[in-house]
Amino acid sequence: MSPSLTPLVVLRDLHFAYGDRPILQGVSLEVPRGKITALMGASGGGKTTVLRLIGGQYKAQSGSLLFDSQEVSQLSHEQLYAARRRMGMLFQFGALFTDISVFDNVAFPLREHTDLPEAMVRDIVLMKLEAVGLRGARDLLPSEISGGMARRVALARAIALDPELVMYDEPFAGLDPISLGTAARLIRQLNDALGLTSIIVSHDLDETFAIADQVIVLANGRIAAQGTPEEVRQSRDPLVHQFVSAEPDGPVQFHYPATGVAQDFGVQSMGVPT
Amino acid sequence: MQRSNNDIWVGLLVLIGAAALLFLALQSANLLSLNFQKTYQITALFDNIGGLKKQAAVKSAGVVVGRVKDIVFDSKTFQAKVIMAIEAQHQFPKDSSLKILTSGLLGEQYIGIDAGADDKNLAEGDKVQDTQSAVVLENLISRFLYSKAAEPAATTGDK
Amino acid sequence: MMVHRLLAHLGWTLRVGLADIGHATRLFWQLLMCAPSCLRRFGLVRDQMHFLGNYSLAIISVSGLFVGFVLGLQGYYTLQRYGSASALGLLVALSLVRELGPVVSALLFAGRAGTSLTAEIGLMKAGEQLSAMEMMAIDPVRRILAPRFWAGVFVMPILSAVFSAVGILGGGVVGVVMIGVDSGSFWGQMQSGVDVWQDVGNGVVKSLVFGTTVSFVALRQGFEAQPTPEGVARATTRTVVLASLSVLALDFVLTALMFTI
Repeated sequence: MSPSLTPLVVLRDLHFAYGDRPILQGVSLEVPRGKITALMGASGGGKTTVLRLIGGQYKAQSGSLLFDSQEVSQLSHEQLYAARRRMGMLFQFGALFTDISVFDNVAFPLREHTDLPEAMVRDIVLMKLEAVGLRGARDLLPSEISGGMARRVALARAIALDPELVMYDEPFAGLDPISLGTAARLIRQLNDALGLTSIIVSHDLDETFAIADQVIVLANGRIAAQGTPEEVRQSRDPLVHQFVSAEPDGPVQFHYPATGVAQDFGVQSMGVPT
Repeated sequence: MQRSNNDIWVGLLVLIGAAALLFLALQSANLLSLNFQKTYQITALFDNIGGLKKQAAVKSAGVVVGRVKDIVFDSKTFQAKVIMAIEAQHQFPKDSSLKILTSGLLGEQYIGIDAGADDKNLAEGDKVQDTQSAVVLENLISRFLYSKAAEPAATTGDK
Repeated sequence: MMVHRLLAHLGWTLRVGLADIGHATRLFWQLLMCAPSCLRRFGLVRDQMHFLGNYSLAIISVSGLFVGFVLGLQGYYTLQRYGSASALGLLVALSLVRELGPVVSALLFAGRAGTSLTAEIGLMKAGEQLSAMEMMAIDPVRRILAPRFWAGVFVMPILSAVFSAVGILGGGVVGVVMIGVDSGSFWGQMQSGVDVWQDVGNGVVKSLVFGTTVSFVALRQGFEAQPTPEGVARATTRTVVLASLSVLALDFVLTALMFTI
């Protein structure tokens, strides 16, 4: 296989625990280049953890994680930072720097990592802002823009250095329908126009299924389903089925484990299932 | 490094700090009185230096004319040897006398020079012969008590 | 059984405490090692000196003035019982330059600038700004923490000198102008009694040490704060308490080292 066709990110039998709590128990997946991969699953299932493992912020207990065929856990400090220059990450609420303007936020990685003259930095920043439709908001402060706009600014900042991989942590959470549609369209367009590889962590079924090329469902620290959105929707796995159909009860129970109903309400028998 | 409005304010801050430090050094401390003049050294032996310390003033007629450079114990004569640096512009006769005095009630002790009448002056390395030790409170009290006890004996002795 | 559990708890606390101290030492070392890059990007340090120093100047000056007033009054009432009111200048100057200047301005700095540092870093952590910076391959310790650390170290001697100077002037106003102590003996005894290197110099050394301590404690508490509102609030409280106690303890150690005859 020629180098440009190998997957950008490969996880092989990854085990990760946070203290005593096991989060990932033997996860293996591949993220193909140039495509959008969606990571989905119930809350606390380890989706955001995978992103942080790829970025090198956490270290797995066992298994291997390859970014462009480099083992991330073995990288030195300089090598890790060099690898991060090729990644962009969009945090859930934008994580913009609140004391500087939108323009300065997007210019930040450019000013820190390059010696480009200010005129060039200005041009690049305005181009990125234009791509997300916020060129006119360049002088506003993060406190002066809405949540949806903040996330778009964060996206512009994430692609400022033209990375190869962009990771989105819950990009659709808490957005109104218009912003939702805009965000989904932006992610797809940028991925195709810039030749990016994207990983989306999301709960939002409809929007994510509409733009993803590959969907991976994580449950109980393992992969429950993997494939195109259509394949996953047809899956017969009860957990995946409950997730995709948004059913309240199934493998993921509605009731938090508790003592019997009769015990709590002091009734001997009610004919109600306990 | 980009220019910024903060430059002015930080510059002002540093200037104020430097001015405050300068004020402390000059107005409150002894920087101005640091002596860069030439001095000559003389020594003297005292029975008891009391509370005299290094850097104490050497005064004549109340004016500072030098400083105590060092105080060592002379194990040959069992006395305290005081080495003083006197400013070159002040010359004293060879038979001048030294006294250890106290400035004020809580004051520090200093050395007072009483000028003598000799034609020749003290030179570098000379030793002053006429010295008077510091007044030690305990000796004063015991002398007082002794003289008080001796009085009735003297009066009865007369009879 | 109780003893067994008590010992286990003690051992665990000790282990956690040691790990904490080790971790803090590593962060301190990292901040010291960032000195060359902070010199190269002095603009960042200069901006922080503006936030920490210029904005503290008001409280430092006013506090210094009032401390000087009080020293003048209290000093006079005590000294005149022994007929030594002429030594008032010396008393005011030595108290300020040796002790009150460095210590009180460090305590004020901890309360004003220390808490704002902790809150700022803690909130940046809570808003994932530090994480975002890490993912952009920019070391937050080098870019955010180090300039603030070195700015605090440089600013502390300046503030301490201003405090002492204003205090001496305040003492002079009360002593000479209001009470009527002889102006000549006020300034004269002061000048002959205060040594530039011994007293003023040691005071500067003290304020440098205090600046390092307060800045480091404030930055570390913010950096390690829990990313929640309660976490940040607890971190700011801990900054003030820890920084103040450290300053006072270090003051004792430094005084013992410097001023023992």
